[in-house]
Amino acid sequence: MSGNDSVVSLRDVDVHFENRRGMLDLFGEPETVHAVDDITLDIPENDVVAVIGESGCGKTTLGKTALGLQRPTNGTVSFRGQDVWEARDGADDVDIPYDDIRRALQIIHQDPGSSLNPNQTVMATLLQPLKRWKPDLSRQEKEARILGMLQEVGMTPAEDYAYRFPHQLSGGEQQRTALVRALLMEPDLILADEAVSALDVSLRVEMMDLMLELQEQFDTSFLFISHNLSNARYLAGQADGRLAIMYLGEIVEIGPCEEVLADPHHPYTKVLKWATPDLEVKHGDIEDPPVRGVDIPDPTNPPSGCRFHTRCPEARDHCVRTSVPSIDVGEDRNVACFRADEDSEYWDTHPLPDETAGDTGGEETT
Amino acid sequence: MSPGKDVVLDVEGARVQFEMDRGVARVLDDVDLSVSREEIFGIVGESGSGKSMLAASMLDAVEDPGVLSGSITYYPSPDEPVDILELSAEELRQLRWEEIAMVFQGALDSFNPTLRIGQHFQETLSAHNVDRQSGMERARELLSDLYLEPEQVLASHPHELSGGMRQRALIALALLLEPEVLVMDEPTGALDLLMQRSILSLIKKLQRKYNLTIVFISHDLPLVANLADRIGVMYAFDLVEVGTAEDVVEGARHPYTRALLKAVPNLETPYAEMQPIAGRAPDPVSVPKGCSYAERCPLADDQCLDVHPPYDDLTDEHRVACYYPEEAPAAIPLPFEDQSVERPDDPPEAAGAAPGKEGSR
Repeated sequence: MSGNDSVVSLRDVDVHFENRRGMLDLFGEPETVHAVDDITLDIPENDVVAVIGESGCGKTTLGKTALGLQRPTNGTVSFRGQDVWEARDGADDVDIPYDDIRRALQIIHQDPGSSLNPNQTVMATLLQPLKRWKPDLSRQEKEARILGMLQEVGMTPAEDYAYRFPHQLSGGEQQRTALVRALLMEPDLILADEAVSALDVSLRVEMMDLMLELQEQFDTSFLFISHNLSNARYLAGQADGRLAIMYLGEIVEIGPCEEVLADPHHPYTKVLKWATPDLEVKHGDIEDPPVRGVDIPDPTNPPSGCRFHTRCPEARDHCVRTSVPSIDVGEDRNVACFRADEDSEYWDTHPLPDETAGDTGGEETT
Repeated sequence: MSPGKDVVLDVEGARVQFEMDRGVARVLDDVDLSVSREEIFGIVGESGSGKSMLAASMLDAVEDPGVLSGSITYYPSPDEPVDILELSAEELRQLRWEEIAMVFQGALDSFNPTLRIGQHFQETLSAHNVDRQSGMERARELLSDLYLEPEQVLASHPHELSGGMRQRALIALALLLEPEVLVMDEPTGALDLLMQRSILSLIKKLQRKYNLTIVFISHDLPLVANLADRIGVMYAFDLVEVGTAEDVVEGARHPYTRALLKAVPNLETPYAEMQPIAGRAPDPVSVPKGCSYAERCPLADDQCLDVHPPYDDLTDEHRVACYYPEEAPAAIPLPFEDQSVERPDDPPEAAGAAPGKEGSR
């Protein structure tokens, strides 16, 4: 995967937000939220990258940054070699104008209902992007293209669906409309931020099948952001894509989807996999997750060293003191855990006692 | 239901209708259901299936313009029936916290943003004339049961807590007045996997510790499978299959249940075996006269289209509203199921139902 084939490349990207906690903190030091910390990621052409993490881990910010919707506080974001923010700011030597970049990078949101204008028909909603980006097409050509796309995504009869309002569509149909709106731009990359997990279980596979089909047909890449490992597996696994596991602003493990799931290296990846419900009946107690605390630490004050050390079942003294590098563990696979390095000092230090689990770890033996 | 069962909540012919411009919408269609004391009963259904309406019906909490009919009987003890639909507003208000409590999805909306969490507990206690000191003691214990730091949480405003902490605080609040029954509607829907899993494990522990009966409603079949003792599957405003968790997950006989099991993305099933359910659920204004699933069902024939199927009691526990429960396994095979199970009179296969999961965890 060379950087040249990448649609979007992030290099050493930080996104830090300053956050004032409320009126009383008006005169205090603002807190800094490290939403994204030092992330380097290439999204190749015609590929799927699934970013998985819990809420507050920065995955949505990462997605917006990759799309040029969020300016990084450090590092660069480039589209086919063109620095996105230089293009945006109108630098002199721009190869790809910002408008082209905006068109090439599209988004579908978690809640299709609220991303569609309730007062407009499907047709009116879908005509807008074409008016802007394809002004040369006649009205008939635009409508024909829209009807064709509706048909493509299974909303048939398209002539009927085109004149419905969002409230006359099911959740799945709304989401497909949002997908069509993105696809009409002929994008190179679509950011799908929790675009599947809000759908009913029986519709998820259908929506992802559609995304896979369209990927094949239009060579569109997907940046798929979710907290749901099962959905990520279905999409990224079938597209031979990669899985990136995010924790408190950092990518802690990344690699080919199938490999990461079959043999997760990072303790956090293992926990996520463990927590994914399967179709099995459980008797007796449900075990607690194998973490030393169920709540995520405050992102304004991330733990020292390895950020997962406050919850990690494998944490040792070394993890508290030293930040973890990303360790190469095979072709296209990286993991940020000392355990991946057999020469690490980690192995010579003491395991952390359970009390360090923080404010929510106790009371397990009621 | 089978006699002799210690039933705590008995729903009979529960129906909710409301008038729309297009006609009368029936969003709950003559549901019968008995919840046994101290069990965890899971209700699974997709959006619009009527599962939340069923939950609201259990507390006579259906909102206008919905009209609930049928009968809902609560048994604080076996020979002491309380007809919930006959209670006065005041009786109902007391029943709702002290006997049957509810936790809904989206804890943020359930708390008043201007009040500290502790004030919610105190107000609930005084509204029900409960001694504040012993009540707050119980509050602290419940919060600790839920892995929360009691003093810190009680002193916080709702927005100062994470979604998972808020949801746990809400569960503690629901249990404050020692209810017998806890009805939870998508209580983990907005939470991350790890938090979901933690809350499931907590719910199970609370159920044991406080001898609770829990009705747990979710669209997430794997989640319910991991938690419930018995499961009811809703489709188009009625229960189509009810049984033990094993019956429904490992020996499902309703074509819809089986299709749903096949449609759920998970980490084990081969990709090709996961398939969406074609077609769409019926409109509440025009529910088909026959089986509501017939239009999407590979087994449907004229009878299915014409006459609503009655329940077929496969065992004491396992009932299915389908004419073809014996044919369903072969017609809709499941990847994790042994295909040698078409024996009508056998109890649904329990052992060896999940081959190919060797040592998964």
